Amino acid sequence: MTPAPETPAPGLYGRTLHVGEARGAVLHLDEPLSFWGGVGEDGTVVDVHHPQHGQSLTGRVVVMRSGRGSSSSAAVLAQRLQDGTAPAALVLASCDTILVVGALVAAELYDVHLPIVQADPEAITTLAGHVHVTARLSGEALVRGGACA
Amino acid sequence: MTALRLTGDEQAMLDGEAGEAVAIAMRLVVGVARAGGARELLPVGSVHVDGCLYHGPAGLDLAERLVKSGGEVAVRTTLNVGSLDLLHPGLVRADTALADGARRLMDAYVALGCEPTWTCAPYQLSHRPAFGTHVAWAESNAIAFVNSVLGARTDRYGDFLDIAAALTGRVPAAGLHLDSERRPVLVLDCSTVRADLWEQHAAWAALGMLLGEKAGTRVAALTGLPGSLDDGVTEDRLKALGATAASAGGVALFHVVGVTPEEVTTDGLPTHAVTTADLLAARGRLSTAADGLIDAVSLGTPHFSVTEFAALAREVGEGPRFAVPVYVSTSRAVLAEATRLGLLAPLEAAGARIVTDTCTYLTPVLDPGVRTVMTSSGKWAWYAPNNLGIDTVLGSLAECVASACAGEVVRDDDAWS
Repeated sequence: MTPAPETPAPGLYGRTLHVGEARGAVLHLDEPLSFWGGVGEDGTVVDVHHPQHGQSLTGRVVVMRSGRGSSSSAAVLAQRLQDGTAPAALVLASCDTILVVGALVAAELYDVHLPIVQADPEAITTLAGHVHVTARLSGEALVRGGACA
Repeated sequence: MTALRLTGDEQAMLDGEAGEAVAIAMRLVVGVARAGGARELLPVGSVHVDGCLYHGPAGLDLAERLVKSGGEVAVRTTLNVGSLDLLHPGLVRADTALADGARRLMDAYVALGCEPTWTCAPYQLSHRPAFGTHVAWAESNAIAFVNSVLGARTDRYGDFLDIAAALTGRVPAAGLHLDSERRPVLVLDCSTVRADLWEQHAAWAALGMLLGEKAGTRVAALTGLPGSLDDGVTEDRLKALGATAASAGGVALFHVVGVTPEEVTTDGLPTHAVTTADLLAARGRLSTAADGLIDAVSLGTPHFSVTEFAALAREVGEGPRFAVPVYVSTSRAVLAEATRLGLLAPLEAAGARIVTDTCTYLTPVLDPGVRTVMTSSGKWAWYAPNNLGIDTVLGSLAECVASACAGEVVRDDDAWS
């Protein structure tokens, strides 16, 4: 297998949708995903219609245009964060209130802080390899490539 | 982040001066407001909460944490369906862990001061916000109804943000709270559809399917439709229209020109002509089974109204007992009123099974072995194949009753040609 290209420093700037910091390998989702009915208890994509069906989101920096569908996705994301089977971070092209609510609730209840970043729709498609995601309370967010300090 | 300005009261809530539960709730509201770029918060007059449907321990953890930290709703708050029928124990086949979690969740929301209405149609009897008032409602059909038919203003709220709005009485000033977001951007013109088709409930569900497909999450205006909000049946029809459109497309607001209360202009907007043939085709897309034998009939998604019970009682009359189970989902308040009016006796004589507090597409209520179900509800027809693995046939109320007696699909397609 050819190694995936790394996201180059200085990285991609965006805005914070939920505060947090994490690192992990990038996983691109080709279609919006509903966590409700779309993500199983072990963190894998269980929506049979989804292109990434069967892949695990756990610990990955999940990149997608947006979430999709039911507001119950907030509860499912919070549950995965409690269970430890959630993504490490989310990088989205548009603000998804439902996923933000799920992250806010998990932070309140379980002290787990999932960074959620909104960034340019074209730029996020170039993310690859292992990245470090920092979403600050100031509103500034950064996705850097490689083993960043 | 975008500068979000809070009033003194709002900052005090965030700082914990109104207690820990309000502070937690305010952190949720403020977190969403910042993410969405809102510049301020708005006070809301009432809330409808959907978070009482059990999806696992996290939802229960939040509700019980709010109860333990002294939470109490600041505005009138009604509750959507839960996962259990509390009036008819044993009707929902839930395992012990699910039933225990579901029951504790429902109890926690009541402990927070929410009204135990357990309905997706709180607008039918008492919870009817005034035109133009800001509210925070959850559940997609309730959102579409309160925005479109009552002309109150809510954005799309859901799990957790709904109860946060109830405890704080605040929401982000964003989305469908704003004038600029409520204007139609496309038109569905129904003026060539033959008038008698609109007497059939299924035609409104089929139109909802088309609306959802054409509009997606956008605001549409519909022209050429009959109705008056004073006549007692238009609300039921618009309930069916909005619920199906919200399911098939994510519609949260629509305008029926000349019927719904918000004044809109349609000049210069892109217009799609809707024909009788389009509606027949949409009905077909809401049916996954060919006409033939059925195992059950499901009515009341969203919850059956008093006027719908009256129509059903007229259809059933003193006819034969149903050959297959007929489930009718409704609220306990409507059930009490329909019972008082004597509408339940003929239905019970025919063998109807009444489901309250929950709904047959969300929880295991239908008899095991049921494979094909006829329904007059576009929303039920949309969700049941995926949620329950069941095939559906969409039909009018009269067709559903005739089919329930025959045990197979009986159609009267005169008006659809």
